[in-house]
Amino acid sequence: MSSCRQNGQWTSDEMMAVAAARELGDGVVCFVGIGLPSTAANLARRMHAPNAVLIYESGCIGSRPDRLPASIGDGVLSETAVANVGVVEIFSYWLQAGRIDVGFLGAAQIDRFANINTTVIGAYDTPSVRLPGAGGAPEIAANCGEVIITLPHSRRAFVEELDFVTSLGHGTGSGHREQLGLRGRGPSAVISDLCVLRPDPVTKELTLTSVHPGVSVDDVRSATGWELAVAEDLGTTPPPASEELAELRELKAAS
Amino acid sequence: MGEFLSLREAVARYVEDGQTVALEGFTHLIPFAAGHEIIRQGRRDLTVVRLTPDLIYDQLIGAGCVRKLIFGWGGNPGVGSLHRMRDAVENQHPCPIEVEEHSHAGLAERWRAGAAGLPFGVLRGYVGTSLADHTKTIASISCPFTGEELTAVPAIHPDVGIIHAQQADRDGNVMYWGITGVQKECVLASRHSIVTVEEVVDEFAVRTGGVVLPAWAVDAVAVVPGGPHPSYAHDYSDRDNDFYASWDPIARNRDAFANWLAGVTGEAS
Repeated sequence: MSSCRQNGQWTSDEMMAVAAARELGDGVVCFVGIGLPSTAANLARRMHAPNAVLIYESGCIGSRPDRLPASIGDGVLSETAVANVGVVEIFSYWLQAGRIDVGFLGAAQIDRFANINTTVIGAYDTPSVRLPGAGGAPEIAANCGEVIITLPHSRRAFVEELDFVTSLGHGTGSGHREQLGLRGRGPSAVISDLCVLRPDPVTKELTLTSVHPGVSVDDVRSATGWELAVAEDLGTTPPPASEELAELRELKAAS
Repeated sequence: MGEFLSLREAVARYVEDGQTVALEGFTHLIPFAAGHEIIRQGRRDLTVVRLTPDLIYDQLIGAGCVRKLIFGWGGNPGVGSLHRMRDAVENQHPCPIEVEEHSHAGLAERWRAGAAGLPFGVLRGYVGTSLADHTKTIASISCPFTGEELTAVPAIHPDVGIIHAQQADRDGNVMYWGITGVQKECVLASRHSIVTVEEVVDEFAVRTGGVVLPAWAVDAVAVVPGGPHPSYAHDYSDRDNDFYASWDPIARNRDAFANWLAGVTGEAS
């Protein structure tokens, strides 16, 4: 894993969390995966998005935890929620019915069309690595208005071909989601510890749009398992502001 | 009928080899003590169902109780893998297990159909994923009214559903609150049900989000304070996150697991 380089002021993990948090707009309704997505979503809520509604698949709607939940069923999510509903209801009435603006997901592996594998490495029946599996992700990826994905960058994670598609991103590219009748627009951004990738508006292939400070295009290329498309107007991600770092560290210290 | 039994009696009466058994609870209220009792009674060839196998099924799988696992997300929440489950899937240790894999939304829909007495549930799910290629209990169906293509999943009807609740009253009605998961569906979909509870009270308080299951919908109630440890019971205990972390090295190593197992079965070496 590449994720602990220090520049003296902040780590690449902190840059990843801050960049992911910036993707979440104020007032949006967000279905939050546990781990990195939850860190980013809660940082966003404490910074620029105080009115974001965080929804967890444990049935907690509008949670405002003052520390990072240790699991998707952490009591702090339930105690601070506006409403608690059952798991059948959260998936059926709230997610499937199209009430969620943004799905915020992590991933073990991703391909150039932002399809996600969290199931197996190797053959399904004789896997070399058995990963945890789907959880809520397939329907979050299918039914949210858009999807933000965050995961650390490496050749093991950003692969040419997935052994298993657990959650659909843009499938085989342009038009595939529409052809399948999916209601959500699919992934709008992938935030790693090196960069930000966004789907090309036409082909839907992930394109490098912004490198984090101190990261070169070659760094991203060498950590990516496919031939990387780079945007003509490639930018540099603004470094974490001191307020962002302070909030993130406070959140982590409380957890 | 909500009959008060000891946990040992309840498991002995209702859980048999070869059955389909579900011990539910979404991170919260996981009936660990009941799982340990199934291990102690040496049940074998079980088909076990849970959205998140969690440590409770890692333990049952490692103890050799399980022939088939129906699940949605098999990790140690916030820690990593379930290593007994992985050892069974990757190396067939201590015995091969069959895996039937769903998403949480799909499995939740299977629970709802089971509770509702319908043969199948319907959802917008699985489309474009590899899950449908490997799981036979995922099928396409078209809406008879609009023609829209949707996904069907069969109802789950376990032989025994087991949950933990905070309270029972003296008539055997049970009440739980906090994160409520799919426990209601689990009890209603199962042929028999066992509920372990923290305590018996004279009267339930009115609680926001509280769920009451009437005594006549439950077969057995067993008073097991602390029954969900290392999971938790809202307003009674906190999740033992340290235990979840400490499970990782235990489950990674077959000998360490055997030692842990001996502590549960009382056959410590």
